[in-house]
Amino acid sequence: MTEKFLEISAVSKEYPSPRGPQVIVESFDLSLARGEFVSIIGHSGCGKSTVLSMVAGLTESSGGGILLAGREVREPGPDRGVVFQAPNLFPWMTALENVLLGVEQVHREKRSQERREIATHYLKLVGLEDALDKRPSALSAGMRQRVGLARAFALSPRLLLLDEPFGMLDSLTRLELQDVLLELWRKDKLTALMVTHDVDEALFLSDRVVMMTKGPRAHVGEILTVPFARPRERMRVLEEPSYYALRERIIEFLEQQEERPPEPEAQALPSGVTATVQAAP
Amino acid sequence: MALLELRDIAKHYVTAGRKNEVLSGVDLSIERGELVALVGYSGAGKSTLVSLIAGLLLPDAGSVTFNGAAVRGPGPDRGVVFQNYSLLPWLSVSDNVALAVDSVFAGESAVARAARVQRYVDMVGLAQASNKKPGELSGGMRQRVALARALAMEPELLLLDEPLSALDALTRANLQRELARICAESGKTILLITNDVDEAILLADRIVPLGAGPAATLGDSIAVNIPRPRERKALNHDPSFKAIRAQVIDYLLSSAQHKQRQRAAAQLAAAGSVPAEVLR
Repeated sequence: MTEKFLEISAVSKEYPSPRGPQVIVESFDLSLARGEFVSIIGHSGCGKSTVLSMVAGLTESSGGGILLAGREVREPGPDRGVVFQAPNLFPWMTALENVLLGVEQVHREKRSQERREIATHYLKLVGLEDALDKRPSALSAGMRQRVGLARAFALSPRLLLLDEPFGMLDSLTRLELQDVLLELWRKDKLTALMVTHDVDEALFLSDRVVMMTKGPRAHVGEILTVPFARPRERMRVLEEPSYYALRERIIEFLEQQEERPPEPEAQALPSGVTATVQAAP
Repeated sequence: MALLELRDIAKHYVTAGRKNEVLSGVDLSIERGELVALVGYSGAGKSTLVSLIAGLLLPDAGSVTFNGAAVRGPGPDRGVVFQNYSLLPWLSVSDNVALAVDSVFAGESAVARAARVQRYVDMVGLAQASNKKPGELSGGMRQRVALARALAMEPELLLLDEPLSALDALTRANLQRELARICAESGKTILLITNDVDEAILLADRIVPLGAGPAATLGDSIAVNIPRPRERKALNHDPSFKAIRAQVIDYLLSSAQHKQRQRAAAQLAAAGSVPAEVLR
């Protein structure tokens, strides 16, 4: 049975503007089964991060609903771990203290020794056992993002949300961190939703790749199922017979979106009136 | 004779009294007219290598030979484009390019120099923006100015040090296409430094992987025998694209794993100084 663990139904987001409401995302539908890894790919500014932010409860939707394990998402909570492009670590705290900070919020009932063990465990899993006591300034960009991953997993979230987590890293460091992420995800059997613009990253990590149309009025354009067996290993994935066909399909979709003329802007409406325009399929 | 020849280069830095080996045993030779891409991790020593070739740094061991003579300092025969564009903000696009042209071709008439400026501003597609100041340009356009400036000096070797790394994915893809055209049009010898394997395959005649640091070395050259123009989408059908891509990624990943194992072994060897909880 494929239970809908996360259900995003007809979600929209619009911002007011002098020329009437600007519809960023419209009629966005997507469901994730428990344990699934799904990526959303699209051009910069298409609204993919807005979708993620609404699931995180950091941005309020203008319409539609989001259910996580049957309960409506209205605000942020520790059941959803978020990893952003920049890990936003506290510069005066060590790697361990940065991870502990979250653990202390979530595992209040545990003894301090146990909390320390949880934090240390995840820092070891991301390969930072030598850097527990280092401050962010003493770490490379890749290592800082490893701390960000450890911090998110140490919260034992039910859903992991990743917003271009490796976007600021060079493409090779990115490959290493994708392996780290995949290993953590496999061990903890989490459900994950990731936003990316990296085609290879989406294919390597995901069970499904959701291609989003270019905004405004962005919605789900096409969904690709990635058939590669797990656990996945980089060089074997690259040798999968369908790898380059899938890769080409995504690149083609993105190129088509780029060439697509922008949709007509929302017409100026008197304030207080909300426009509801159905997006063309 | 190769235009550029690096023999057994080693370079280290000393920080806080500790010696950090960056490059060791680096051999590289580039023929006239070739476009070679050097692909490696950030922090592996790519920029050190560029500085050695540009003459901004001198190696601790080994030799850098350019056009048959040892490199002892920077010169206009080697033009460099860095990741940050280093344009003068108070000068227009044309004036930024003219600054370089005037210093290299001081003996030419003003008309001839202006023609050079014009030619390269046109080549990078900035004819419409020639009177704009850098502040009025996007990141991609600024990098075009930097490229025009380097090309206009007519260097024998153009060093491109991660020229597109600071740009977003879409602008980068567009500029890669442009760069391929400009490289072909200029016929220059080019060394492109990048961390993007696809960028290297799109542009280069030959790829040289730089392994992970410390003490990084170069792997064997991989020839890119894919007809031009190369198109991002169509490449996915090309068996040699897939093979080259796998080969480069495999080399880089296994060199990083090898370095990690070396580090772990060194730590065990120095077990006395390792905190107990790390070894547990």
